[in-house]
Amino acid sequence: MVHVVLAGADGREFTGGEGAFDVEATSVRRLILALDQRFPGFGDYVERRMAFAIDGVIHQDAYGAELAPDSEVCLIPKIGGG
Amino acid sequence: MSKRHISTTVNGDAAEFLAEPGATLLDALRDELRLTGAKEGCGSGDCGACSVMVDGRLVCACLMLAPEAEGRRIETIEGMAQGGRLHPLQQKFLEHAALQCGFCTPGLLVAAKALLDQNPDPSETEVRYWLAGNLCRCTGYDKVIRAVMDAAADLRQVRRAS
Amino acid sequence: MTDVMDRPALKVVGTRPIRPDGVDKVTGRAQFGADFHLPGMLVGKIKRSPHAHARIVSIDTRKARALAGVKAVITAADLPDLASQEYEAGESASNLRDLSQNCMARDKALYQGHALAAVAAVSAQVADEALDLIEVVYEVLPHVIDVEAAMEPSAPVLHAHLFTEGLAERPATASNIAKVNRLGRGDLEAGFGEADVVVQGRYTTKAVHQGYIEPHACVAQVSQDGQCQVWSSSQGQFMVRTYCAKILGLEIADIRVTPAEIGGGFGGKTTVYLEPLALALSRQSGHPVKMVMTREEVFRATGPTSGAVIEVKLGAKQDGTIVAADVVLKYQAGAFPGSPVGAGSMTALAAYDIPNVAITGYDVVTNSPKVAAYRAPGAPISAFGVESAIDDLARELGMDPIVLREKNGVVSGVKAVYGPTYRDIGYLETLKAIKDHPHYAAPLGPNQGRGVAVGFWFNVGGESTAAVHVNEDGSAVVVTGNPDIGGSRASMAMMAAEVLGLPVEQVRPIVADTASIGFSMLTGGSRTTFATGMAVTQAAGKIVEDVKRRAALIWDTTVDKVAWESGQAVCLDATKSAVKPLTLAAIAAQAGRTGGPISAEVSLNAQGAGPGFAVHLCDVEIDRETGHVTVVRYTAAQDVGRAIHPAYVEGQIQGGVAQGVGWALNEEYIFDADGQMENAGFLDYRVPVASDLPMIDAVLVEVPNPRHPFGAKGVGEAPIVPPLAAVANAVRDALGVRMCDLPLSPPKIRAVVDGLAS
Ligand code: FES
Ligand code: FES
Repeated sequence: MVHVVLAGADGREFTGGEGAFDVEATSVRRLILALDQRFPGFGDYVERRMAFAIDGVIHQDAYGAELAPDSEVCLIPKIGGG
Repeated sequence: MSKRHISTTVNGDAAEFLAEPGATLLDALRDELRLTGAKEGCGSGDCGACSVMVDGRLVCACLMLAPEAEGRRIETIEGMAQGGRLHPLQQKFLEHAALQCGFCTPGLLVAAKALLDQNPDPSETEVRYWLAGNLCRCTGYDKVIRAVMDAAADLRQVRRAS
Repeated sequence: MTDVMDRPALKVVGTRPIRPDGVDKVTGRAQFGADFHLPGMLVGKIKRSPHAHARIVSIDTRKARALAGVKAVITAADLPDLASQEYEAGESASNLRDLSQNCMARDKALYQGHALAAVAAVSAQVADEALDLIEVVYEVLPHVIDVEAAMEPSAPVLHAHLFTEGLAERPATASNIAKVNRLGRGDLEAGFGEADVVVQGRYTTKAVHQGYIEPHACVAQVSQDGQCQVWSSSQGQFMVRTYCAKILGLEIADIRVTPAEIGGGFGGKTTVYLEPLALALSRQSGHPVKMVMTREEVFRATGPTSGAVIEVKLGAKQDGTIVAADVVLKYQAGAFPGSPVGAGSMTALAAYDIPNVAITGYDVVTNSPKVAAYRAPGAPISAFGVESAIDDLARELGMDPIVLREKNGVVSGVKAVYGPTYRDIGYLETLKAIKDHPHYAAPLGPNQGRGVAVGFWFNVGGESTAAVHVNEDGSAVVVTGNPDIGGSRASMAMMAAEVLGLPVEQVRPIVADTASIGFSMLTGGSRTTFATGMAVTQAAGKIVEDVKRRAALIWDTTVDKVAWESGQAVCLDATKSAVKPLTLAAIAAQAGRTGGPISAEVSLNAQGAGPGFAVHLCDVEIDRETGHVTVVRYTAAQDVGRAIHPAYVEGQIQGGVAQGVGWALNEEYIFDADGQMENAGFLDYRVPVASDLPMIDAVLVEVPNPRHPFGAKGVGEAPIVPPLAAVANAVRDALGVRMCDLPLSPPKIRAVVDGLAS
């Protein structure tokens, strides 16, 4: 199971306030689909607003990124910059 | 209002252009003569991006009216490299990475050359105060100052040798 | 992919060659936004609101249209009325309706300088006259600019449709608070309960402008078949293309954007102001239209970054272990939602490993120009508060400020407050670089003080495309889609040269228009050397694979018997001992026979950018008569992963320091009672000049990022994060009094000095 963590309050309106949960997924794409199934609308929100820190490495918009069974995926707001 | 006909010398060559009475020398250089090396960063004499020499004096081209250029000798960044060779200041700016975006660079070079023409051996403080009218937002001035000091040293050597 | 990182001797990366675009820039030949000229070009100008907040009752353009020489007049009625829609372009999501209405006000003017109408005419004089002939009827509304005043329930509301996001329940009434975001972990109350020492402070910063010396400028042309061309100075030609298409309702395929040289951006040119208007004017007039902002327009209608209030409370044990931190951030967003408070929250405590944390951020709309990204958006502001408080904590505990930071500093494996677990970070190394620097132990003179502060920036990757073409003589061209703000062409050429084994002079980098290279996100977020550099390296790696294959063909051997060493193919086939190595030039000369032109293009979405940490050390001297603060010595260390072109890396650091020092000491938007900016020019908005600053010693710490072929991390943003607090901490050291409100301008210093005297 992939361990998913919401870093801040962002997105918790979809999860009923929950900030951490375990999800079965082997890629980011599957993770998004699984999240959307569990919390309707959340997958879409995550795609638009969040980046994925997969075991500490930040990925933005990376459907193909693979997840290990014990991966930790931290959802953080997308980052821009100057 | 009718335009006026102005005759000047620009970088050693005779140059003529038409100018509205209210146009600045910077407008004339950029829009009439298409010498776009001098930049407009403020239009109010505060940034130095438009620095040019007029009769051997450093001026902000945005503050001088174009008709006032009649009969004057104007030097711009476009005339700084001589015969396919960069001026030592230009060369040192490149070697020291004294430019990032390069927008302030023409003005800084013209102003720095004016300094070295009259003071071949300036101190760091003198360079900093002389260039205080030329804003650069990218470099923090460190490498600009080093480039000018280094070019001054080179120019002194050349002078001594000749 | 060719992994060059392990090669013992890099030949090009890490050296300091002259930049390929340098000569054009020192001779005045480089074409910036305003230098472009087309025959028959008109001059476009903008009519702007004189009021900070007003309902637009009517705009009558008839007289302006009737003026001889006026070829087009537009208002918001000439642009599609877009629905609220988030759209990703370049970097992060923007709301298209807000973007459009920031370019041209629709129902309300939301800040002084907000665009209301635009004209195109045969000359600047005629355009100015036309602007005066446009008649606007306003219903002036009460305005609010101060961030805390705007949060009050009684404040004038900017947007009737804006309801605070991020609350447990959707609020019943509209508010200027666009969003509340919360970040945290542990148990704050328990944390403070454990603390032996608690420090707290309330800090404020003013809105400051990016201050690029080149005002926004563009030329646009719409031909009769609807094909649009734009030449403009921006941080991303693809961003300009997308935004223009969306704001005008055009097909992307009909727009081609050519990037001009860009005279500084610092985040401020990551959006559009002029380009859609110039296109609309060109479409109406049938002529090319040039628009160039004045400096005053730049100040009144573009940028800046947020003014803010920062509240910090820290709790620590006697041994220096920080056990709790509570941070509240209130950021001005300007006229539309979207301040950088999110990034400000995430970075605020990123350098500290603290178990109990709460960070609350408020994004607040105000009657001032919509903020734009400014170098490490949001981070310098929160760092100013946190790093000031950390300095006070060190004093309270009697600890060295670097030792306190080391004790609580993050290392690889530690979970960042903003979520992820750090990998390959070089923060402690950077702290040590400052601690060991001679500056740290140097004696101070009278009226002098010393301050330390640290800063963090994520750095980002993202989508980039790069192409490498080998010419017939074996030289190469590198094509990317990222405007070169501070020397990135040089680093692109260097990375390609390194892989190809060419001298860097034989690699010409160009920045292509949107029709000539695949999509690339804009230059920003310190992503170009990392992400586009990765694309360049991979494209060059493909070339190497291709020429090895060609060498095998020439030698009539198999590709596994060919090695690429020092820019030539070497034959490992023992049966061909007589053959000489083939240079790229030799292979290129036979390209036709071995498969045609040698070319490779790579498009990717780079992941795994490594965060950057900066540690700054600042000495100031205070003139007690005038209240003037002079920075007398400055040392800035930063983990840069691996410096591709060290001189430009140093330059990024020095430039960031200078901007941060300006923010700390002089720069601020000053508004009068009517909400008019009083200092919209470089005379009164004072950015640092050469005589304000000392040399800035940039110390490069290199802890490589293993996810980049050469180990690079982004460098451009982190250096602006620490200076605000580094300067303020030095002033605290010199005066013995903590000053919490930026800028630390002479009148404020004088007031403190006078207070001390009496
Ligand atoms: S444009 Fe002339 S001084 Fe700024
Ligand atoms: S190099 Fe950009 S302003 Fe000086």
